[in-house]
Amino acid sequence: MPVKTFRAALNEALHQEMARDPRTIVLGEDITGGKGATGEKDAWGGAFGVTKGLLDAFGEKRVIDTPITESAFVGAAAGAAVTGLRPVAEIMFVDFLGVCFDQIFNQAAKFRYMFGGKAVTPLVIRATFGAGSRSASQHSQALYPLFTHIPGLKVVIPSTPYDAKGLLIEAIRDDDPVIFLENKLLYDTTGDVPDDSYTIPFAEAAVLREGSDVTIVAVGRMVSVAMDAAKALATEGIEATVIDPRTASPLDTETILEMVEETGRLVIVDESNPRCGFAADIAALVAEEAFDVLKGPILKITPPHTPVPYAPNLEDAYLPDAARVIAAVRRVMAHGE
Amino acid sequence: MAAMQLPRERLREAYRLMRTIRSFEDRVAAEMATGDVPGNTHLYAGQEASAVGVCMHLTDSDHIASTHRGHGHSIAKGCDPAAMMAEIFGKATGTCAGKGGSMHIADLDRGMLGANGIVGGGPPLACGAALTARTLGTRDVSVAFSGDGAVNQGTTAESFNLARVLMLPVIFVIEDNGFGEATASSYAVAGRIIDRALGYAMPAAYADGTDFFAVHDVMEEAVQRARDGGGPTLLHIETPRYYGHFSGDADTYRTPEERAALRRDRCCLANFRARVTEARLLEAEELDSMDAAVAEVIDAAVAEARAAPLPDLFSLTTDVYVNY
Repeated sequence: MPVKTFRAALNEALHQEMARDPRTIVLGEDITGGKGATGEKDAWGGAFGVTKGLLDAFGEKRVIDTPITESAFVGAAAGAAVTGLRPVAEIMFVDFLGVCFDQIFNQAAKFRYMFGGKAVTPLVIRATFGAGSRSASQHSQALYPLFTHIPGLKVVIPSTPYDAKGLLIEAIRDDDPVIFLENKLLYDTTGDVPDDSYTIPFAEAAVLREGSDVTIVAVGRMVSVAMDAAKALATEGIEATVIDPRTASPLDTETILEMVEETGRLVIVDESNPRCGFAADIAALVAEEAFDVLKGPILKITPPHTPVPYAPNLEDAYLPDAARVIAAVRRVMAHGE
Repeated sequence: MAAMQLPRERLREAYRLMRTIRSFEDRVAAEMATGDVPGNTHLYAGQEASAVGVCMHLTDSDHIASTHRGHGHSIAKGCDPAAMMAEIFGKATGTCAGKGGSMHIADLDRGMLGANGIVGGGPPLACGAALTARTLGTRDVSVAFSGDGAVNQGTTAESFNLARVLMLPVIFVIEDNGFGEATASSYAVAGRIIDRALGYAMPAAYADGTDFFAVHDVMEEAVQRARDGGGPTLLHIETPRYYGHFSGDADTYRTPEERAALRRDRCCLANFRARVTEARLLEAEELDSMDAAVAEVIDAAVAEARAAPLPDLFSLTTDVYVNY
């Protein structure tokens, strides 16, 4: 199978869906780059290069560079979606959704319900997220819990190039508004990605590893942190199951509960802030539904409840790493032996 | 075609719609007073010529984004008053199955993208509908109705710019009724509303919102420009707002004399009647008989709404998603 980067996998998904359906458009800031200037066209292809080449293939009517105006173009994407297009809006950093929240959670997310089931809003909002690039507090957050909290939105957080392509195609074909979050440290990671188009259903967790001692749930880049920890733990005889839910909303609660029932222990690795966060949500689910099988406390590995810092030593300390996961697993292993 | 040259049937339709809006709103105010309407409403009475003068240029495939004061736009765009009344009463037979209420009345089959609970929520959505028209190569246009309050929202300013940059077929109709909630636009709006268009090199026009013919004629030019690929237009329409901001608003920030004068001196229905009868375009008797017919429609709408069932409790959790 061909090996591709996470970035190339996303680019391929956009190419294939735009070729398949003329109603699919992409819009955002510098998604081509160089608009109105005298030099190279498609100079950037998006701030992270994900949309490069779409301009040549599909033209400027469907690959639309917008001014820096998130409220207007995200709102326009919502309005276009509810009137017949399948727009994919790119927000450079998920942090910038702070200036257009109304258009996402009061407008797009609500149309279907408040209009009595008559609206269909096939909108995808792609945004980068995540710490680790020394970008500080306004370019590094992991805001997926905010969107997961809103009924009417779906939230997708791919962790591999294979998942990135299949989930993005699924998101574009989905008839509900989808927040599609790409950890920027994953863009250059590589993996097997088929050339053909394919979809991965939402609410279908990937079970990446099965072990009998502990279940570790992680999303996004934290999946690789969890896998590193699991490999290290195996050398000391502790076998971990690692689950990547892949979508925070809808959530594959069945697989999570099933795997916790097999091990009786749960550790959640989450890059979002701890209060009312993704890890807290999973922990509450398991505490409610699987209390009787738990051998010890549910442990959450998250950043501290702080903004993302700039200095490398502080940012490294902010992010969960394999060592913290290993320590947590050892702690929970002390229970129920 | 200038409005005074419209065929009789079109003039009759304009009057019927304006009268329907007025009667609907006055009746909603009365029904609110009974305590049987669960939520709140923002009434459009006084502003009818704006909604009708604008929407008479639109077809079902053109879109409008409305405001919290959306009943008039909805009726002018073809929504069924009986279903709207049922919606306001929170009934299963309502426009939105009782799940939206006054502030979210929408009918996508009629190109009505929804009233909106957020001031400034609509302009970006109208840009989106216009983007759909541009992308699919139709000649459809969209209209963003906004009040004088919404001109101070960033979303409105951003939409002016985006529409102009992408040359979208959208008409921004600013209905200046003199008040954003309880605060006068003379206080809250810096500069002149029509001048906001200058900063975006956007064509703009003013119309007296008590004059159906004036609104109709400025909209005619704006729609033509939009359909021909000439991009957006701002229309500044000055209207009276007969009721307070919301239906229970004591409206003490205006004097009783001021409120009475609005109804007496600035009535689009009276203006229309005088113009068409003086010009012998329509007879007073046929206007009277339309008034009576509209009254029956509204009576029936209220009776139906009151008799309609509440939504099934099952529907609490339906239609959050297409599939989940």
